[in-house]
Amino acid sequence: MLRLEHVSKTFSVGSFGRGRLQAVNDVGFEVRTGEVLSLIGESGSGKSTIGRMILRLTAPTSGRILFDDADVSGLRRHALKEYYRRVQGVFQDPFSSYNPIFKIDRTFAMLRSEFFPDEPMRTWHAKLESALESVGLNPGDVLGKFPHQLSGGQLQRLLVARALLLDIRYLVADEIISMLDASTRIDVLNLLAELKTRGLGIVFITHDLSLGNYISDTTVILRHGCVVEMGATAKVFGDPRHPYTKSLLDSVPLLQSKWGPDAAAPETNGRPAGFEAAPALVAIEDDHLVAAV
Amino acid sequence: MALQVDDLRVHYRTLAGDVKALDGVSFDLADGEIMGLAGESGCGKSTLGKSLIRLDGRMRHVGGSVTLDGEQLPIWDDEAMNRFRFHEVSIVPQYAMSALNPTRKIGRMVGELLHARGVDHHAARAELERRLELVGLERDVLDRYPIELSGGMKQRVVMVVSTLLDPSLLIADEITSALDVSTQKAVARTLVEFRDRGFVTSTIVITHDISVLYQIADTILVMYAGKLAEKAPAEEIVKAPRHPYTRLLIGSLPEVGVRYADKRLSGIAGRPPSLLDPPTGCRFRDRCPLASARCAEEPPFVEVDAGHAVACWEAGTETAALGLAGAVEAR
Repeated sequence: MLRLEHVSKTFSVGSFGRGRLQAVNDVGFEVRTGEVLSLIGESGSGKSTIGRMILRLTAPTSGRILFDDADVSGLRRHALKEYYRRVQGVFQDPFSSYNPIFKIDRTFAMLRSEFFPDEPMRTWHAKLESALESVGLNPGDVLGKFPHQLSGGQLQRLLVARALLLDIRYLVADEIISMLDASTRIDVLNLLAELKTRGLGIVFITHDLSLGNYISDTTVILRHGCVVEMGATAKVFGDPRHPYTKSLLDSVPLLQSKWGPDAAAPETNGRPAGFEAAPALVAIEDDHLVAAV
Repeated sequence: MALQVDDLRVHYRTLAGDVKALDGVSFDLADGEIMGLAGESGCGKSTLGKSLIRLDGRMRHVGGSVTLDGEQLPIWDDEAMNRFRFHEVSIVPQYAMSALNPTRKIGRMVGELLHARGVDHHAARAELERRLELVGLERDVLDRYPIELSGGMKQRVVMVVSTLLDPSLLIADEITSALDVSTQKAVARTLVEFRDRGFVTSTIVITHDISVLYQIADTILVMYAGKLAEKAPAEEIVKAPRHPYTRLLIGSLPEVGVRYADKRLSGIAGRPPSLLDPPTGCRFRDRCPLASARCAEEPPFVEVDAGHAVACWEAGTETAALGLAGAVEAR
């Protein structure tokens, strides 16, 4: 199980780092294997920072991130490598995730030398091919190619396949389909859904509510680093209680109906107020928490 | 008829040869019409938008004509187009953030722009402030630097500045794509308001996001691989699309307010053809579930209903044949 407990992150900003920006403020949730949890928020809500902290790309200022009840911030060397065998991330821009002067094979060769140096070439190839097939790619179409010869959807799937080769249990997917075209993004989404049924836990980070609604079991709505509403997706989307969640849902362009008149949307342009304590979460029903207004 | 585009062909020059980004595009835009231009990346939608105001160095006008309010636009002649830019045709670019000069306060920058267009900026100042107020910005933004404004505010400043001379045609290129949902709604609505108030006569809104177009556009034009696929009133494109590409595209969009549980939508297999050497016949043929031998011949872009034009031989086929029955009818 992957669990966040009272996680906060403060960045120093401005000249000489005198300013403080609280990017994540007292966030806690759990992801189990075989479950998709969506972190949904607008820009500056701290959603990507949470993903980066789970992947240990940045350290929390306070709070703990637990993987199977062990705090991940203390992991070093061998233990950290073992953690990365279990938890991996895929990011937004597939074109900048690859080194453009290397063929795709090199990405996988690096993975092998780093994590499976003893694996014989023959069994490694079989593993590689089955990983590629499990993300819906034909090995012959992608191996031996340069990144620019492949489409964005293929590159994102290759990154997922790379993560799968490590036998991961959790995947942090940070806006992985935002840069894909409409006709291919649904295929990558469906791939995540399929991996979920095979027992992978996914932290799906997005600004697009319709994607979160489509794929996730649990939804966490973030604003200025604080959780404003979280719970089962059907409850959060079907019966939103926090005014911010309501205003977000009102603003989503739909194909079934046109935008209604503007609701009194809470001010979203302002900066977070700083070091104020995050509002307490109140359980209004089973598996549905809302921040006090 | 505000705008008539007739058989427009624009190619990009590359070392590998000409990329035929716009390959014979014809359509009309009525006075007061907001037309959405949708399609995947590389379909030519941004090229079409740019062609109407300024061809950049790599783009070459190969054929066809553009007529605005009865006058032909010399789109192949960069200098001759100057007379029309901002007075007649204006654009709001995708990245408003980088469209503003970071070393000038907004007010001074606008003054310089107006001066360059031969307009007295003192006379225009009152109107500028009125319009800024209309989009929810206070007049003191004129005394601020671009860096002091949020993305949505900058986008709105650029929209006001681009339309200050009341152009006949406004091209809005992906202006909502980089914005958060709540700002996106405000910016999209501003486009409609500008039209309603007569700041612009007609608008072309370019975006890959059909659901935004459904909210604000009167008609939607769908492009595929440098050609037109379908044009119809927004309501019809979304509720009763005819072209298999449009049908599959709309069927692949997940939505808020629908319970999916274990139901899955499907995408479109394959990828668009290279425009370096485009295939003959229908360009969607390779990805189309309805493709038949006849599709080797290029389908004409013809009206099948009042105001509804499609380029497909199979435009009348039932949706069920696409295996999409559930997805479209659920709406």
